[in-house]
Amino acid sequence: MKNLWTKIGFVALVTAILVYSLLPFLWILRSSLESNKELAQATNSFLPSALTLTQYHGLFANQDFLRPLLNSLFIAGCATLIAVVLGAFAAYALARLPVKGRALVLGGVLLISFFPQVGMIGPLFLVFKKIQWINTYQSLIFPYLILCLPIVTWILTAFFSQIPAEIEEAAMVDGASILRTIWDCFVPLAMPGIFTAGILGFLLSWNDILFAISFIQTPNMYTVPMALVNFRNAFYIQYGQIDAGVVVASVPIALIVVLLQRRIESGLTAGAVKG
Amino acid sequence: MGVRPEVRIPGRAFRPRSGLSARRSYVGYGFIAPAVIVLAALTLFPLGYNVWLSVQQRILTLPFENHAVGLANYVALAQDTQFWHDLLRTLMFTGISVFVELVLGMVLALVMSKEFRARAMVRVSILIPWAIPTAVSAMLWAMFFDPRTGFVDFFLGRVGLPGSHLVWFNSAFFAWIPIILSDMWKNTPFMALLLMAGLQSIPKELYESARIDGAGSWQAFWRVTIPLMQPVILVALIFRTLSALLVFDTVFVMTGGGPGTATTVVAYYNWYQFFTALNYGYGAAISVVITAVAMLMAFLYVRATVRQGGLFR
Repeated sequence: MKNLWTKIGFVALVTAILVYSLLPFLWILRSSLESNKELAQATNSFLPSALTLTQYHGLFANQDFLRPLLNSLFIAGCATLIAVVLGAFAAYALARLPVKGRALVLGGVLLISFFPQVGMIGPLFLVFKKIQWINTYQSLIFPYLILCLPIVTWILTAFFSQIPAEIEEAAMVDGASILRTIWDCFVPLAMPGIFTAGILGFLLSWNDILFAISFIQTPNMYTVPMALVNFRNAFYIQYGQIDAGVVVASVPIALIVVLLQRRIESGLTAGAVKG
Repeated sequence: MGVRPEVRIPGRAFRPRSGLSARRSYVGYGFIAPAVIVLAALTLFPLGYNVWLSVQQRILTLPFENHAVGLANYVALAQDTQFWHDLLRTLMFTGISVFVELVLGMVLALVMSKEFRARAMVRVSILIPWAIPTAVSAMLWAMFFDPRTGFVDFFLGRVGLPGSHLVWFNSAFFAWIPIILSDMWKNTPFMALLLMAGLQSIPKELYESARIDGAGSWQAFWRVTIPLMQPVILVALIFRTLSALLVFDTVFVMTGGGPGTATTVVAYYNWYQFFTALNYGYGAAISVVITAVAMLMAFLYVRATVRQGGLFR
Protein backbone atom coordinates (compact mmCIF):
# COMPACT_ATOMS: atom_id res chain seq x y z
CA MET A 1 0.00 0.00 0.00
CA LYS A 2 2.74 2.39 1.00
CA ASN A 3 4.61 1.50 -2.17
CA LEU A 4 1.63 2.43 -4.34
CA TRP A 5 1.30 5.84 -2.71
CA THR A 6 5.01 6.50 -3.15
CA LYS A 7 4.62 5.66 -6.82
CA ILE A 8 1.60 7.94 -7.27
CA GLY A 9 3.42 10.73 -5.45
CA PHE A 10 6.45 10.32 -7.70
CA VAL A 11 4.37 10.38 -10.88
CA ALA A 12 2.61 13.52 -9.62
CA LEU A 13 5.97 15.13 -8.91
CA VAL A 14 7.32 14.29 -12.38
CA THR A 15 4.12 15.62 -13.97
CA ALA A 16 4.42 18.82 -11.94
CA ILE A 17 8.02 19.28 -13.11
CA LEU A 18 7.07 18.75 -16.75
CA VAL A 19 4.15 21.18 -16.50
CA TYR A 20 6.32 23.74 -14.72
CA SER A 21 9.03 23.67 -17.39
CA LEU A 22 6.85 23.36 -20.46
CA LEU A 23 3.58 25.15 -19.65
CA PRO A 24 5.07 28.60 -20.35
CA PHE A 25 5.86 27.51 -23.91
CA LEU A 26 2.45 25.98 -24.52
CA TRP A 27 0.83 29.14 -23.22
CA ILE A 28 2.90 31.46 -25.37
CA LEU A 29 2.19 29.23 -28.36
CA ARG A 30 -1.52 29.53 -27.60
CA SER A 31 -1.29 33.33 -27.31
CA SER A 32 0.70 33.61 -30.52
CA LEU A 33 -2.09 31.89 -32.42
CA GLU A 34 -4.77 34.32 -31.25
CA SER A 35 -6.02 37.33 -33.16
CA ASN A 36 -5.55 40.89 -31.89
CA LYS A 37 -9.22 41.04 -30.93
CA GLU A 38 -8.92 38.06 -28.60
CA LEU A 39 -5.67 39.33 -27.14
CA ALA A 40 -7.35 42.62 -26.25
CA GLN A 41 -9.83 40.82 -24.00
CA ALA A 42 -9.16 39.37 -20.59
CA THR A 43 -8.24 35.70 -20.66
CA ASN A 44 -11.37 33.67 -19.99
CA SER A 45 -10.40 30.16 -20.97
CA PHE A 46 -7.31 27.98 -21.01
CA LEU A 47 -8.02 26.98 -24.60
CA PRO A 48 -7.98 29.42 -27.50
CA SER A 49 -11.29 29.88 -29.30
CA ALA A 50 -9.88 30.31 -32.81
CA LEU A 51 -6.42 29.86 -34.26
CA THR A 52 -4.80 32.22 -36.74
CA LEU A 53 -1.31 32.82 -38.09
CA THR A 54 -1.76 36.59 -38.49
CA GLN A 55 0.69 37.33 -35.67
CA TYR A 56 3.45 35.41 -37.43
CA HIS A 57 2.66 37.19 -40.67
CA GLY A 58 2.78 40.54 -38.86
CA LEU A 59 6.03 39.59 -37.17
CA PHE A 60 7.87 39.18 -40.43
CA ALA A 61 5.88 41.59 -42.63
CA ASN A 62 5.53 44.58 -40.24
CA GLN A 63 8.40 44.08 -37.80
CA ASP A 64 10.94 42.52 -40.15
CA PHE A 65 11.89 40.01 -37.48
CA LEU A 66 14.18 38.23 -39.92
CA ARG A 67 16.71 41.03 -39.56
CA PRO A 68 17.29 40.63 -35.79
CA LEU A 69 17.43 36.86 -36.28
CA LEU A 70 20.19 37.24 -38.86
CA ASN A 71 21.98 39.88 -36.75
CA SER A 72 21.99 37.62 -33.69
CA LEU A 73 23.06 34.63 -35.76
CA PHE A 74 25.98 36.56 -37.24
CA ILE A 75 27.12 38.25 -34.02
CA ALA A 76 26.83 35.17 -31.81
CA GLY A 77 28.34 33.05 -34.60
CA CYS A 78 31.41 35.29 -34.97
CA ALA A 79 31.92 35.54 -31.21
CA THR A 80 31.64 31.76 -30.86
CA LEU A 81 34.04 31.11 -33.75
CA ILE A 82 36.70 33.43 -32.32
CA ALA A 83 36.19 32.02 -28.82
CA VAL A 84 36.47 28.42 -30.04
CA VAL A 85 39.68 29.08 -32.00
CA LEU A 86 41.38 31.05 -29.20
CA GLY A 87 39.97 28.75 -26.52
CA ALA A 88 41.01 25.56 -28.32
CA PHE A 89 44.64 26.66 -28.61
CA ALA A 90 44.75 27.74 -24.98
CA ALA A 91 43.01 24.56 -23.85
CA TYR A 92 45.40 22.38 -25.87
CA ALA A 93 48.37 24.00 -24.17
CA LEU A 94 46.72 23.77 -20.74
CA ALA A 95 45.74 20.13 -21.18
CA ARG A 96 48.81 18.84 -23.03
CA LEU A 97 51.89 20.98 -23.03
CA PRO A 98 54.21 21.40 -20.05
CA VAL A 99 53.41 25.02 -19.21
CA LYS A 100 53.97 26.58 -15.82
CA GLY A 101 51.15 28.33 -13.97
CA ARG A 102 48.45 26.04 -15.34
CA ALA A 103 46.27 26.29 -12.24
CA LEU A 104 46.79 30.04 -12.21
CA VAL A 105 45.55 30.43 -15.80
CA LEU A 106 42.59 28.09 -15.29
CA GLY A 107 41.66 29.78 -12.01
CA GLY A 108 42.06 33.19 -13.63
CA VAL A 109 39.84 32.19 -16.54
CA LEU A 110 37.18 30.94 -14.14
CA LEU A 111 37.49 34.15 -12.13
CA ILE A 112 37.06 36.24 -15.27
CA SER A 113 33.89 34.35 -16.21
CA PHE A 114 32.35 36.09 -13.19
CA PHE A 115 33.52 39.57 -14.16
CA PRO A 116 30.38 41.73 -13.93
CA GLN A 117 29.31 42.83 -17.40
CA VAL A 118 27.80 45.99 -16.00
CA GLY A 119 31.34 46.91 -14.93
CA MET A 120 32.43 46.89 -18.60
CA ILE A 121 29.74 48.88 -20.37
CA GLY A 122 30.73 52.39 -19.23
CA PRO A 123 34.37 52.31 -20.37
CA LEU A 124 33.57 50.28 -23.49
CA PHE A 125 30.87 52.76 -24.48
CA LEU A 126 33.29 55.71 -24.20
CA VAL A 127 35.96 53.85 -26.18
CA PHE A 128 33.56 52.61 -28.85
CA LYS A 129 32.23 56.15 -29.21
CA LYS A 130 35.74 57.44 -29.76
CA ILE A 131 36.66 54.80 -32.38
CA GLN A 132 33.16 54.98 -33.92
CA TRP A 133 32.18 51.43 -33.15
CA ILE A 134 28.80 52.29 -31.62
CA ASN A 135 25.98 50.52 -33.44
CA THR A 136 28.30 48.09 -35.25
CA TYR A 137 28.57 44.29 -35.21
CA GLN A 138 32.06 44.40 -33.75
CA SER A 139 30.81 46.43 -30.77
CA LEU A 140 28.97 43.26 -29.71
CA ILE A 141 31.28 40.55 -31.08
CA PHE A 142 34.24 41.63 -28.93
CA PRO A 143 32.37 42.11 -25.64
CA TYR A 144 30.64 38.76 -26.22
CA LEU A 145 34.05 37.10 -25.96
CA ILE A 146 33.84 37.77 -22.23
CA LEU A 147 30.65 35.70 -22.18
CA CYS A 148 31.89 32.72 -24.15
CA LEU A 149 35.72 32.60 -24.17
CA PRO A 150 36.21 31.68 -20.46
CA ILE A 151 33.58 28.96 -20.61
CA VAL A 152 34.84 27.59 -23.93
CA THR A 153 38.44 27.48 -22.66
CA TRP A 154 37.35 25.82 -19.45
CA ILE A 155 35.18 23.15 -21.10
CA LEU A 156 37.75 22.41 -23.80
CA THR A 157 40.51 21.98 -21.23
CA ALA A 158 38.32 19.46 -19.39
CA PHE A 159 37.51 17.60 -22.62
CA PHE A 160 41.04 17.66 -23.99
CA SER A 161 42.49 16.25 -20.75
CA GLN A 162 40.40 13.13 -21.29
CA ILE A 163 41.70 12.41 -24.79
CA PRO A 164 44.65 9.96 -24.71
CA ALA A 165 47.93 11.58 -25.73
CA GLU A 166 49.79 8.56 -27.19
CA ILE A 167 48.91 9.18 -30.83
CA GLU A 168 50.20 12.74 -30.71
CA GLU A 169 53.34 11.65 -28.87
CA ALA A 170 54.02 9.18 -31.65
CA ALA A 171 53.43 11.75 -34.37
CA MET A 172 55.72 14.23 -32.62
CA VAL A 173 58.43 11.62 -32.29
CA ASP A 174 58.10 10.89 -36.01
CA GLY A 175 59.02 14.52 -36.53
CA ALA A 176 55.65 16.04 -37.40
CA SER A 177 55.38 19.72 -36.53
CA ILE A 178 53.14 20.62 -33.62
CA LEU A 179 50.46 22.24 -35.78
CA ARG A 180 50.42 19.22 -38.13
CA THR A 181 50.18 16.87 -35.17
CA ILE A 182 47.26 18.79 -33.74
CA TRP A 183 45.45 18.99 -37.04
CA ASP A 184 45.93 15.34 -38.08
CA CYS A 185 45.88 13.45 -34.81
CA PHE A 186 44.12 15.60 -32.28
CA VAL A 187 41.38 17.62 -33.97
CA PRO A 188 39.42 14.58 -35.22
CA LEU A 189 39.27 13.20 -31.68
CA ALA A 190 38.55 16.61 -30.17
CA MET A 191 35.72 17.51 -32.56
CA PRO A 192 32.84 16.44 -30.26
CA GLY A 193 34.24 18.53 -27.40
CA ILE A 194 34.84 21.52 -29.66
CA PHE A 195 31.29 21.21 -30.95
CA THR A 196 29.85 21.09 -27.41
CA ALA A 197 31.88 24.10 -26.33
CA GLY A 198 30.75 25.95 -29.45
CA ILE A 199 27.07 25.25 -28.74
CA LEU A 200 27.37 26.53 -25.18
CA GLY A 201 29.34 29.59 -26.27
CA PHE A 202 26.74 30.33 -28.92
CA LEU A 203 23.82 30.05 -26.48
CA LEU A 204 25.56 32.37 -24.00
CA SER A 205 26.23 34.98 -26.70
CA TRP A 206 22.71 34.66 -28.07
CA ASN A 207 21.30 35.34 -24.57
CA ASP A 208 22.84 38.76 -24.00
CA ILE A 209 20.76 41.89 -23.75
CA LEU A 210 22.91 44.21 -21.61
CA PHE A 211 25.63 44.85 -24.21
CA ALA A 212 23.07 45.06 -27.00
CA ILE A 213 20.97 47.77 -25.35
CA SER A 214 24.15 49.66 -24.45
CA PHE A 215 25.92 49.68 -27.82
CA ILE A 216 23.17 49.22 -30.43
CA GLN A 217 20.98 52.12 -31.41
CA THR A 218 19.04 51.51 -34.63
CA PRO A 219 16.39 48.83 -35.30
CA ASN A 220 18.28 47.38 -38.27
CA MET A 221 21.08 46.36 -35.87
CA TYR A 222 18.85 44.89 -33.11
CA THR A 223 19.59 41.44 -31.76
CA VAL A 224 16.70 39.05 -31.09
CA PRO A 225 16.21 39.78 -27.35
CA MET A 226 16.51 43.50 -28.00
CA ALA A 227 13.98 43.42 -30.84
CA LEU A 228 11.49 41.56 -28.65
CA VAL A 229 11.86 44.10 -25.84
CA ASN A 230 11.40 46.97 -28.26
CA PHE A 231 8.08 45.76 -29.66
CA ARG A 232 6.45 47.48 -26.72
CA ASN A 233 8.40 50.71 -26.74
CA ALA A 234 6.29 51.88 -29.67
CA PHE A 235 3.01 53.71 -29.17
CA TYR A 236 1.15 50.45 -28.99
CA ILE A 237 2.13 47.22 -27.30
CA GLN A 238 2.20 44.53 -29.97
CA TYR A 239 1.23 41.65 -27.71
CA GLY A 240 0.51 39.22 -30.50
CA GLN A 241 3.75 39.93 -32.26
CA ILE A 242 5.75 39.67 -29.05
CA ASP A 243 4.13 36.25 -28.49
CA ALA A 244 4.96 35.14 -32.01
CA GLY A 245 8.48 36.57 -31.68
CA VAL A 246 9.07 34.70 -28.44
CA VAL A 247 7.96 31.46 -30.11
CA VAL A 248 10.19 32.06 -33.13
CA ALA A 249 13.13 32.89 -30.85
CA SER A 250 12.57 29.88 -28.62
CA VAL A 251 11.91 27.10 -31.13
CA PRO A 252 15.47 26.87 -32.53
CA ILE A 253 16.90 26.91 -29.01
CA ALA A 254 14.47 24.24 -27.84
CA LEU A 255 15.43 22.15 -30.89
CA ILE A 256 19.14 22.52 -30.11
CA VAL A 257 18.46 21.39 -26.55
CA VAL A 258 16.31 18.41 -27.58
CA LEU A 259 18.89 17.22 -30.11
CA LEU A 260 22.02 17.92 -28.07
CA GLN A 261 20.84 17.49 -24.48
CA ARG A 262 23.58 15.01 -23.51
CA ARG A 263 26.35 17.15 -24.93
CA ILE A 264 25.07 20.32 -23.28
CA GLU A 265 24.74 18.58 -19.92
CA SER A 266 28.21 17.08 -20.13
CA GLY A 267 29.61 20.46 -21.13
CA LEU A 268 27.86 22.26 -18.30
CA THR A 269 29.04 19.86 -15.65
CA ALA A 270 32.53 19.50 -17.16
CA GLY A 271 33.67 22.65 -15.48
CA ALA A 272 30.79 23.79 -13.30
CA VAL A 273 30.21 26.52 -15.78
CA LYS A 274 28.23 29.70 -15.74
CA GLY A 275 24.72 29.65 -17.23
CA MET B 1 73.21 -11.59 -28.06
CA GLY B 2 75.74 -9.17 -26.76
CA VAL B 3 75.56 -7.14 -29.90
CA ARG B 4 73.91 -3.91 -29.09
CA PRO B 5 71.94 -2.50 -31.96
CA GLU B 6 73.38 0.62 -33.51
CA VAL B 7 70.16 2.50 -33.17
CA ARG B 8 68.13 2.02 -30.05
CA ILE B 9 64.60 2.95 -30.97
CA PRO B 10 63.41 3.60 -27.41
CA GLY B 11 66.46 5.72 -26.78
CA ARG B 12 65.81 7.75 -29.85
CA ALA B 13 62.26 8.14 -28.81
CA PHE B 14 63.46 9.35 -25.49
CA ARG B 15 66.27 11.74 -26.24
CA PRO B 16 64.57 14.28 -28.48
CA ARG B 17 61.77 14.50 -25.97
CA SER B 18 63.70 16.64 -23.54
CA GLY B 19 64.50 19.06 -26.33
CA LEU B 20 60.98 18.68 -27.59
CA SER B 21 59.40 19.46 -24.26
CA ALA B 22 61.42 22.66 -23.98
CA ARG B 23 60.21 23.66 -27.42
CA ARG B 24 56.70 22.57 -26.56
CA SER B 25 56.49 24.70 -23.44
CA TYR B 26 57.56 27.66 -25.55
CA VAL B 27 54.80 26.77 -28.01
CA GLY B 28 52.42 26.31 -25.08
CA TYR B 29 52.76 29.89 -23.90
CA GLY B 30 52.21 31.02 -27.47
CA PHE B 31 48.97 29.03 -27.57
CA ILE B 32 47.70 30.41 -24.29
CA ALA B 33 48.70 34.01 -24.94
CA PRO B 34 45.94 35.12 -27.38
CA ALA B 35 43.09 33.96 -25.14
CA VAL B 36 44.70 35.44 -22.03
CA ILE B 37 45.44 38.74 -23.79
CA VAL B 38 41.87 39.05 -25.07
CA LEU B 39 40.39 38.26 -21.65
CA ALA B 40 42.77 40.63 -19.88
CA ALA B 41 42.00 43.40 -22.38
CA LEU B 42 38.26 42.89 -21.92
CA THR B 43 38.42 43.01 -18.13
CA LEU B 44 41.54 44.82 -16.89
CA PHE B 45 41.12 47.68 -19.32
CA PRO B 46 37.50 48.50 -18.34
CA LEU B 47 38.41 48.04 -14.69
CA GLY B 48 41.37 50.42 -14.94
CA TYR B 49 39.35 52.92 -16.97
CA ASN B 50 36.52 52.73 -14.39
CA VAL B 51 38.94 53.37 -11.53
CA TRP B 52 40.27 56.42 -13.36
CA LEU B 53 36.77 57.65 -14.32
CA SER B 54 35.53 57.19 -10.78
CA VAL B 55 37.81 59.99 -9.51
CA GLN B 56 36.67 62.35 -12.27
CA GLN B 57 33.55 64.37 -12.88
CA ARG B 58 32.44 63.05 -16.26
CA ILE B 59 28.85 63.93 -17.15
CA LEU B 60 28.15 63.64 -20.88
CA THR B 61 25.62 66.48 -20.81
CA LEU B 62 28.25 68.81 -19.29
CA PRO B 63 31.17 68.17 -21.66
CA PHE B 64 33.16 71.26 -20.61
CA GLU B 65 33.14 70.54 -16.90
CA ASN B 66 35.29 67.42 -16.81
CA HIS B 67 37.73 67.56 -13.95
CA ALA B 68 39.30 65.44 -11.24
CA VAL B 69 37.21 65.26 -8.08
CA GLY B 70 39.20 62.85 -5.92
CA LEU B 71 37.00 60.53 -3.93
CA ALA B 72 33.90 62.74 -4.21
CA ASN B 73 32.03 60.11 -6.27
CA TYR B 74 32.66 57.46 -3.62
CA VAL B 75 31.59 59.82 -0.84
CA ALA B 76 28.41 60.60 -2.78
CA LEU B 77 27.84 56.86 -3.26
CA ALA B 78 28.21 56.19 0.47
CA GLN B 79 25.56 58.87 1.12
CA ASP B 80 23.25 57.84 -1.73
CA THR B 81 20.16 56.41 -0.02
CA GLN B 82 18.85 55.20 -3.40
CA PHE B 83 21.96 53.04 -3.79
CA TRP B 84 21.63 51.55 -0.30
CA HIS B 85 17.97 50.78 -0.90
CA ASP B 86 18.86 49.13 -4.20
CA LEU B 87 21.52 47.10 -2.42
CA LEU B 88 19.03 45.99 0.21
CA ARG B 89 16.50 44.98 -2.47
CA THR B 90 19.22 43.12 -4.39
CA LEU B 91 20.24 41.23 -1.25
CA MET B 92 16.63 40.31 -0.50
CA PHE B 93 16.04 39.17 -4.06
CA THR B 94 19.25 37.13 -3.94
CA GLY B 95 18.42 35.52 -0.60
CA ILE B 96 14.90 34.51 -1.61
CA SER B 97 15.57 33.36 -5.15
CA VAL B 98 18.78 31.45 -4.36
CA PHE B 99 17.13 29.67 -1.43
CA VAL B 100 14.07 28.67 -3.47
CA GLU B 101 16.26 27.59 -6.38
CA LEU B 102 18.45 25.47 -4.10
CA VAL B 103 15.46 23.63 -2.63
CA LEU B 104 13.72 23.18 -5.99
CA GLY B 105 16.99 22.26 -7.66
CA MET B 106 17.59 19.58 -5.03
CA VAL B 107 14.13 18.13 -5.64
CA LEU B 108 14.75 18.12 -9.39
CA ALA B 109 18.19 16.56 -8.95
CA LEU B 110 16.80 13.80 -6.70
CA VAL B 111 14.02 13.04 -9.19
CA MET B 112 16.37 13.03 -12.18
CA SER B 113 18.87 10.70 -10.54
CA LYS B 114 16.15 8.04 -10.19
CA GLU B 115 15.59 5.52 -12.98
CA PHE B 116 12.16 5.92 -14.56
CA ARG B 117 10.62 5.88 -18.00
CA ALA B 118 10.15 9.62 -18.59
CA ARG B 119 13.59 10.50 -17.20
CA ALA B 120 15.11 11.58 -20.51
CA MET B 121 12.05 13.72 -21.17
CA VAL B 122 12.33 15.44 -17.79
CA ARG B 123 15.99 16.15 -18.36
CA VAL B 124 15.34 17.70 -21.76
CA SER B 125 12.35 19.69 -20.52
CA ILE B 126 14.25 21.34 -17.68
CA LEU B 127 17.20 22.15 -19.90
CA ILE B 128 15.05 24.21 -22.28
CA PRO B 129 14.39 27.00 -19.73
CA TRP B 130 18.13 27.12 -19.06
CA ALA B 131 18.85 27.71 -22.76
CA ILE B 132 16.18 30.37 -23.27
CA PRO B 133 17.60 33.91 -23.12
CA THR B 134 16.95 35.56 -19.74
CA ALA B 135 15.26 38.46 -21.51
CA VAL B 136 12.86 36.05 -23.24
CA SER B 137 12.11 34.26 -19.98
CA ALA B 138 11.33 37.66 -18.44
CA MET B 139 9.01 38.54 -21.33
CA LEU B 140 7.21 35.20 -21.01
CA TRP B 141 6.53 35.67 -17.32
CA ALA B 142 5.61 39.32 -17.72
CA MET B 143 2.93 38.27 -20.19
CA PHE B 144 1.57 35.54 -17.92
CA PHE B 145 0.88 38.16 -15.29
CA ASP B 146 -0.92 40.42 -17.74
CA PRO B 147 -4.70 40.05 -17.40
CA ARG B 148 -5.20 39.97 -21.19
CA THR B 149 -2.45 37.69 -22.40
CA GLY B 150 -1.73 35.75 -19.23
CA PHE B 151 -3.22 32.93 -17.27
CA VAL B 152 -2.29 33.93 -13.72
CA ASP B 153 -5.21 36.26 -13.07
CA PHE B 154 -7.62 33.96 -14.85
CA PHE B 155 -6.39 31.00 -12.85
CA LEU B 156 -6.49 32.86 -9.52
CA GLY B 157 -10.01 34.04 -10.34
CA ARG B 158 -11.09 30.49 -11.13
CA VAL B 159 -9.90 29.06 -7.85
CA GLY B 160 -11.43 32.05 -6.06
CA LEU B 161 -8.23 33.48 -4.65
CA PRO B 162 -7.79 37.17 -4.00
CA GLY B 163 -5.16 38.88 -6.13
CA SER B 164 -7.10 38.19 -9.26
CA HIS B 165 -6.88 41.17 -11.60
CA LEU B 166 -4.51 42.83 -9.27
CA VAL B 167 -2.22 44.94 -11.35
CA TRP B 168 1.00 43.12 -10.55
CA PHE B 169 3.48 45.54 -12.00
CA ASN B 170 2.00 48.60 -10.32
CA SER B 171 2.61 47.27 -6.84
CA ALA B 172 5.96 47.75 -5.15
CA PHE B 173 5.57 44.39 -3.43
CA PHE B 174 3.76 42.23 -5.98
CA ALA B 175 6.03 43.27 -8.86
CA TRP B 176 8.70 41.08 -7.26
CA ILE B 177 6.66 37.91 -7.65
CA PRO B 178 6.89 37.67 -11.46
CA ILE B 179 10.55 38.70 -11.26
CA ILE B 180 11.41 35.92 -8.81
CA LEU B 181 9.30 33.36 -10.71
CA SER B 182 11.04 34.20 -13.97
CA ASP B 183 14.46 34.00 -12.35
CA MET B 184 13.52 30.68 -10.75
CA TRP B 185 12.25 29.18 -13.96
CA LYS B 186 15.38 30.14 -15.84
CA ASN B 187 18.03 29.34 -13.21
CA THR B 188 16.79 26.32 -11.26
CA PRO B 189 17.75 23.86 -14.04
CA PHE B 190 21.42 24.74 -13.81
CA MET B 191 21.34 24.36 -10.05
CA ALA B 192 19.69 20.96 -10.55
CA LEU B 193 22.39 19.85 -13.01
CA LEU B 194 25.20 20.81 -10.64
CA LEU B 195 23.51 19.02 -7.75
CA MET B 196 22.77 15.96 -9.89
CA ALA B 197 26.45 15.67 -10.80
CA GLY B 198 27.17 15.76 -7.06
CA LEU B 199 24.51 13.13 -6.30
CA GLN B 200 25.96 10.74 -8.86
CA SER B 201 29.35 10.89 -7.18
CA ILE B 202 27.96 9.47 -3.90
CA PRO B 203 28.75 5.75 -3.73
CA LYS B 204 25.62 3.56 -3.73
CA GLU B 205 27.06 1.37 -0.96
CA LEU B 206 26.58 4.16 1.56
CA TYR B 207 22.83 4.07 0.97
CA GLU B 208 22.91 0.27 1.18
CA SER B 209 24.58 0.32 4.56
CA ALA B 210 22.32 3.14 5.78
CA ARG B 211 19.33 1.01 4.82
CA ILE B 212 20.74 -2.05 6.56
CA ASP B 213 21.29 0.06 9.65
CA GLY B 214 17.59 0.80 9.55
CA ALA B 215 17.60 4.34 8.18
CA GLY B 216 14.53 5.45 6.25
CA SER B 217 14.95 7.35 3.00
CA TRP B 218 14.32 10.65 4.79
CA GLN B 219 17.02 9.87 7.32
CA ALA B 220 19.40 8.70 4.58
CA PHE B 221 18.87 12.01 2.80
CA TRP B 222 19.81 14.09 5.85
CA ARG B 223 22.56 11.83 7.17
CA VAL B 224 24.20 10.65 3.93
CA THR B 225 23.23 12.83 0.99
CA ILE B 226 23.42 16.28 2.55
CA PRO B 227 26.78 15.86 4.37
CA LEU B 228 28.43 14.34 1.29
CA MET B 229 26.94 16.97 -0.98
CA GLN B 230 28.16 19.87 1.14
CA PRO B 231 31.04 20.92 -1.15
CA VAL B 232 28.81 20.72 -4.24
CA ILE B 233 26.05 22.68 -2.52
CA LEU B 234 28.58 25.31 -1.48
CA VAL B 235 29.83 25.70 -5.05
CA ALA B 236 26.28 25.87 -6.42
CA LEU B 237 25.31 28.41 -3.77
CA ILE B 238 28.26 30.74 -4.35
CA PHE B 239 27.72 30.41 -8.08
CA ARG B 240 24.04 31.32 -8.01
CA THR B 241 24.46 34.00 -5.34
CA LEU B 242 27.00 35.75 -7.49
CA SER B 243 24.82 35.80 -10.59
CA ALA B 244 21.71 36.76 -8.59
CA LEU B 245 23.55 39.74 -7.06
CA LEU B 246 24.26 40.95 -10.60
CA VAL B 247 20.68 40.45 -11.84
CA PHE B 248 19.90 42.89 -14.64
CA ASP B 249 18.07 41.39 -17.64
CA THR B 250 14.95 40.26 -15.76
CA VAL B 251 14.45 43.60 -14.03
CA PHE B 252 15.21 45.60 -17.16
CA VAL B 253 12.69 43.68 -19.25
CA MET B 254 9.91 43.21 -16.71
CA THR B 255 9.71 46.43 -14.74
CA GLY B 256 12.50 48.80 -15.77
CA GLY B 257 13.13 49.15 -12.03
CA GLY B 258 9.59 50.36 -11.38
CA PRO B 259 7.05 51.10 -10.13
CA GLY B 260 9.07 54.15 -9.09
CA THR B 261 12.30 52.54 -7.93
CA ALA B 262 10.62 49.62 -6.14
CA THR B 263 12.39 46.91 -8.16
CA THR B 264 15.61 48.75 -8.98
CA VAL B 265 18.61 46.52 -8.28
CA VAL B 266 22.27 47.47 -8.05
CA ALA B 267 23.25 46.45 -11.59
CA TYR B 268 20.23 48.27 -13.00
CA TYR B 269 21.08 51.41 -11.03
CA ASN B 270 24.60 51.26 -12.42
CA TRP B 271 23.34 50.92 -15.99
CA TYR B 272 20.90 53.75 -15.34
CA GLN B 273 23.75 56.06 -14.23
CA PHE B 274 25.62 55.35 -17.47
CA PHE B 275 22.86 55.35 -20.03
CA THR B 276 20.09 57.55 -18.62
CA ALA B 277 21.78 59.93 -16.17
CA LEU B 278 24.88 59.95 -18.45
CA ASN B 279 26.97 60.38 -15.31
CA TYR B 280 30.07 58.33 -16.18
CA GLY B 281 32.13 59.36 -13.17
CA TYR B 282 29.49 58.28 -10.69
CA GLY B 283 28.56 55.21 -12.73
CA ALA B 284 32.23 54.19 -12.77
CA ALA B 285 32.41 54.45 -8.96
CA ILE B 286 29.43 52.07 -8.69
CA SER B 287 31.06 49.75 -11.24
CA VAL B 288 34.30 49.66 -9.27
CA VAL B 289 32.43 48.68 -6.10
CA ILE B 290 30.38 46.01 -7.91
CA THR B 291 33.47 44.61 -9.63
CA ALA B 292 35.43 44.45 -6.38
CA VAL B 293 32.65 42.61 -4.55
CA ALA B 294 32.01 40.23 -7.47
CA MET B 295 35.68 39.40 -7.89
CA LEU B 296 36.08 38.76 -4.17
CA MET B 297 33.14 36.34 -4.23
CA ALA B 298 34.37 34.75 -7.44
CA PHE B 299 37.73 34.21 -5.78
CA LEU B 300 35.98 32.27 -3.00
CA TYR B 301 34.17 30.25 -5.67
CA VAL B 302 37.37 29.44 -7.51
CA ARG B 303 39.02 28.41 -4.26
CA ALA B 304 36.08 26.16 -3.37
CA THR B 305 36.25 24.60 -6.85
CA VAL B 306 39.99 24.00 -6.52
CA ARG B 307 39.52 22.40 -3.08
CA GLN B 308 36.95 20.11 -4.63
CA GLY B 309 39.59 19.03 -7.14
CA GLY B 310 37.82 20.91 -9.91
CA LEU B 311 40.89 22.20 -11.75
CA PHE B 312 41.29 18.95 -13.68
CA ARG B 313 44.05 17.67 -11.35
